[in-house]
Amino acid sequence: MSDVVEKTLTALPGLFESQTGAAKITNRLRQLIKSITELTSKHEEENLIKRELSAIKEQVSSPNTTMKQMREIMVRAMYCEMLGYDASFTYIHAIKLAQQGGVLEKRVGYLAVSLFLNEGHELLLLLVNTVLKDLQSTNLIEVCMALTVVAQVFPKDMIPAVLPLVEDKLSHPKEIIRRKAVLALYKFYLIAPNQVQHIHAKFCKALSDKDPGVMASSLHIYLQLIRESPDSYKDLTGSFVTILKQVLGGKLPVDFNYHSVPAPWLQIQLLRILSLLGKEDQSTSELMYEVLDESLRRAEMNHNITYAILYECVKAVYTIHPKAELLEKAARCIGNFVLSPKINLKYLGLKALTYVVQHDAKLALQHQMTIIECLDHSDFTIKRETLELLFRITNAQNVTVIVEKMLDFLRSCNDEHTIIHLIGKVAELAEKFAPDNSWFIQTMNDVFSIGGDLLQQDVPNNFLRLLAEGSESKEEDDQLRLYAVESYLTVLKGHTSHLPQCFLQVMSWVLGEYAHLQESVDRREVIRLLTQLLDQRSVSSETRVWILSALTKIPEGQTDLILDLAESLSSSQDTVLRQQAQELRHLSQDSQLREWVLPRGAPWDGIEVDSSLSFLDGFVSEALAAGAAPYKPPHQRQEELCEDRALNLEPYSFSLPVSLSSCSITDRQSPTLLSVSSGLSGNSAELSQKAGSSTLILEGVKRVWGKDGYLPQKEATAPPVDEPSAAVQPASQQEAAERIEPRPEPSTQNQDKQQLASSLFVGLGVGSSVSLLGKSEAPPPRFRKKPRPHESSSSSGTSKRSSDSSSHSSRNTTDSFLYGSFPEEEPATSISTFDHTPKSTTANGLSQNKDTKEDRHANTSQILGGDMVIVRPSTIQDKHPPSVSSDLTALLPADLKDLPHSDVISLTSDPSLSLSSCRLFRDEALLLVIFISNCTETVIKDVAVQLTCEELKTASLRGNVMDCLEARSTSVCHYALLMDDPHTNVSLTGTVSYQTQPGHTNTLPFSGTLSTADFIRPLVVTTEEYGKLWLSLSHDVKQNLKLLTDAGDPLRTTLNALKDALQLHVVDIIGSEGIVACRLLSGAPCLLHCRVNGAALAMWLRSPHPALPDFILYHCQRALAHH
Amino acid sequence: MRGQESLDFAKGRRVHVTGFLTSAFTAIRHIAHAHGIECNINFKMQFMLLFSRQGKLRLQKWYVPLSDTQKKKISREVIQMVLARKPKMCSFLEWRDMKIVYKRYASLYFCCAVEDQENELITLEIIHRYVELLDKYFGSVCELDIIFNFEKAYYILDEFILGGEAQETSKKNVLKAIEQADMLQEEAEAPRSVLEEIGLT
Repeated sequence: MSDVVEKTLTALPGLFESQTGAAKITNRLRQLIKSITELTSKHEEENLIKRELSAIKEQVSSPNTTMKQMREIMVRAMYCEMLGYDASFTYIHAIKLAQQGGVLEKRVGYLAVSLFLNEGHELLLLLVNTVLKDLQSTNLIEVCMALTVVAQVFPKDMIPAVLPLVEDKLSHPKEIIRRKAVLALYKFYLIAPNQVQHIHAKFCKALSDKDPGVMASSLHIYLQLIRESPDSYKDLTGSFVTILKQVLGGKLPVDFNYHSVPAPWLQIQLLRILSLLGKEDQSTSELMYEVLDESLRRAEMNHNITYAILYECVKAVYTIHPKAELLEKAARCIGNFVLSPKINLKYLGLKALTYVVQHDAKLALQHQMTIIECLDHSDFTIKRETLELLFRITNAQNVTVIVEKMLDFLRSCNDEHTIIHLIGKVAELAEKFAPDNSWFIQTMNDVFSIGGDLLQQDVPNNFLRLLAEGSESKEEDDQLRLYAVESYLTVLKGHTSHLPQCFLQVMSWVLGEYAHLQESVDRREVIRLLTQLLDQRSVSSETRVWILSALTKIPEGQTDLILDLAESLSSSQDTVLRQQAQELRHLSQDSQLREWVLPRGAPWDGIEVDSSLSFLDGFVSEALAAGAAPYKPPHQRQEELCEDRALNLEPYSFSLPVSLSSCSITDRQSPTLLSVSSGLSGNSAELSQKAGSSTLILEGVKRVWGKDGYLPQKEATAPPVDEPSAAVQPASQQEAAERIEPRPEPSTQNQDKQQLASSLFVGLGVGSSVSLLGKSEAPPPRFRKKPRPHESSSSSGTSKRSSDSSSHSSRNTTDSFLYGSFPEEEPATSISTFDHTPKSTTANGLSQNKDTKEDRHANTSQILGGDMVIVRPSTIQDKHPPSVSSDLTALLPADLKDLPHSDVISLTSDPSLSLSSCRLFRDEALLLVIFISNCTETVIKDVAVQLTCEELKTASLRGNVMDCLEARSTSVCHYALLMDDPHTNVSLTGTVSYQTQPGHTNTLPFSGTLSTADFIRPLVVTTEEYGKLWLSLSHDVKQNLKLLTDAGDPLRTTLNALKDALQLHVVDIIGSEGIVACRLLSGAPCLLHCRVNGAALAMWLRSPHPALPDFILYHCQRALAHH
Repeated sequence: MRGQESLDFAKGRRVHVTGFLTSAFTAIRHIAHAHGIECNINFKMQFMLLFSRQGKLRLQKWYVPLSDTQKKKISREVIQMVLARKPKMCSFLEWRDMKIVYKRYASLYFCCAVEDQENELITLEIIHRYVELLDKYFGSVCELDIIFNFEKAYYILDEFILGGEAQETSKKNVLKAIEQADMLQEEAEAPRSVLEEIGLT
């Protein structure tokens, strides 16, 4: 914009004169601005604004102030706010101005409102009526203003009030109104999607609007909709393609052109939509090849805007189902970007390259020299993006060079975000591709010292876990550990005061555990180095605790030294430290005890943690008996704390005994502390998840490139993946050399670069392309971690066991039925375990205790389940299965036929009668339909069915007593079953009494089992409702479940499997997390939050019902085991 | 939900680092992001700042709900970073988990924050289009025009970008809308000033 002339302040007076009309009004503003520009210090400015604001305050509260003056005041208030001063007292006047003023005042009023108030601001409610009025105004300008404000800030709860009016505007004759209405609806869709669900048809109308502006606005909505569910909009592909074609063909009015490119924003929007539609969909992609080709061709002009379109186009080409010809063109386009002298284009080229190397790593090879130049670029942003690109092409051969580059960059970087982001990547690469122990440990040392305490906690955690768990070979593990010990001893001998706490912690842990591996070093030396750290003031008390526990672990140290140390620390202010010192003292004096507490070389998997803390039960009940307050889960405490913050309107009670009040105070305080610490301790899995998500950008990207690769001719020459790297290296270096060859006489500097290139891009050549493309199959990580245990060893213990039990159960399914015709096989034990569910042993309030007990109980019962006859929950099964004719369902009454129902299974039979049953799932109850068939040729009389079940409420709906049952006919009786309290399985018993001959009554007993699963119904809620509900629920259970990884997206597959098995409602799936809701009939809801955690699905359930989560969890486990 | 979101926005990635979030909150927030702001799906603009070479804010428009303190903190941070850039450097800047796209026109910096995956070039052109609009409206615009008529600059911006998305990309249409509203202003103005002159008010 070279034609924008910079005027200087000397032009001020002239400027004033030239302004007329509106300018008069804003004279005070001018004075204000002018005087501010004349000020020299911030202090003076503050004073001036303070004066100004108090003047404004006076004016706004004066009754004599006219609307017109108010308008001027408002502009000044906006100015003060912009300078960063608080003028919140004018907010209400802004609303008033919009409400009461004429068009002019409204304009200012609305602007002020949109600048002052956030979406959530309570004053916005006062604006609703004004907006309603203006939307109905005959003045176009007023309608426009109202729509503008609605599209910017509007209280979510009030959307229904204006929605019909906004909807009407979609058919307004003026295009500007239609356009704004579309954008307002888009806004509504973003903040409250379900409120605009019914007007999707109208969006469609907007898409076909004759005005290009309206149509373009509607694309915002479509982009969002398609992003959420591309499958529902595939039929629109043709329309979008046609629109894009028309745009490209210059069919739009000229004023939509931007630097003679037709409607670029529209094009980009369309390209984005098309790429979403064509993703993983060959037939849809085929529809757009032509137009994408044209797009690539048309964007030839050398202007930013054409490059912006090209970039979008390239991305689209690489996102949709691949077409060789297009890919080739797109790759050439990237070349134009990367080679451009314009730095902005270069940047975008790198970004595009980063995107496409995920599909085709060889593309990076073509631009290696540019990449290397960019790596040394003076611009931070460019460097950063280059490293991102390198991260994507890292393999076992170039890892050392790339990691070195990343570390170099990090050493000179001081932006926290960048450091955290990149250092995590370095750690990931190191772990994945480390060529040898020394490099790995050295790199991790760098990671810890550079990342320092900014590091995400999972980096040290992962590292330590890797050391601790080791791989298959003990020898290798010990070598690695030994190397770590050596390296840390060297580090500690140096200058240690600058080392970050997290590094010190890692080192002390490793030394504590593995110092004994290093025999050449005296233990005294290790102890000396560690105690030295304790003397440093910069060492945090948390680190001190780490160091102390390391010292505790080093056996037969200098007892006197240790004792001195323990002595000095036992008077420490820090209680944890003091405790640790005590332990240290005791253990160092009693080597037997130490052997027992800290056995050396104990296997890691063997540690079992009693997560339910059952060993504390006695203590808890004693404490409760002594009057302690019952435990409350953290969220409940949080809520109570929030409530406490509100004004207490009730009078204080005077009669409160002192002891009680003090008790409640401690209760208030400790929970917060506790909740923080529990948040901390439960964190590691959380964080690792975080790290996973930050690096898993690949996940959303389609892998167009399967294992077979895309280009067949390359594939033919591709050597096997696990060919030794040495064989690959020369090949790719050669290829690199070939690339460079045409360059005339490279200078020495160039040679350096080429050398760098060959080391950076090694492994990207033909040879390793296969392994690179399938990133997951990429060179086997050097440090193969054992399957990652879940949250803690405790849960892994249980989940392991429960999965054992479930695999056991799956083996047993064939012979594991629980069925009435064979009552002797009915495993009474398994059911009785649930009958014994402790119903809160202590009278009131002991919620936690009860929880844990039930929790534990459920676990044990699952575990037990593995050893005894397995109850198959979801079906009532029978020895003679499908022989029962399915046509029995035809006998269902018409009103029940449409309900979802189970298969008909035979219950029992005798020579005269045969009974079968079918379960029908109604929202509020389970209907059990019993078919009674007369197998004889005679009439059976006085048939009466009796059904009993202790755990369920049963109600006979009809047909349980019949006077007679004709020969060869079938009668139907129904029971409605209600489950108030969940039980895993409930057994039903019943009898049918009948008379074949008068006076001679036969009885036929039958029984069956129903599972909770039969009583679970989907709970349809929106994400927001889910969120609210989640917070309001108190009982929660967490568990890791098996993740089904056999097909596609594991999370989706697993959730679908659960949905099918248990009728759950999948509310939403975002990334690696999904939320699911269900309820027990129409009663208690249960919310499930699932998160992919490594190879497991971490499930967190919440429900108002204390036992429900356990049962649902149980059934989820079963469903997954059976899958 | 909104409150939670804006809070996290201000802390940026830091939240992730300290990681106090429980998984459910994360899920809900992620999902909320999917429907709302600063999520990694929605491309819309987060905010636009206009500031002078001296770092004085001339215009600020926020498309995400934030508290005043957060806004202040963010704008201070962004202004500082942008001013520290050298002229030969590219117009993009990584900041927290977002991208800052900026361009300098004479003494004034125009600066937008967009989501990381957004096409930075198109944002740059949005800025340019806005400058063109200002230029056309004020007739060879300069910083002073914007200082003294900042509300006009806001009107133009609101006609061009609504709720963070480009509303109307036709220069003619945007200016037509503004002119219509302005015309009304003058009509309304004229009789009043006459009355004022007679002393009837």
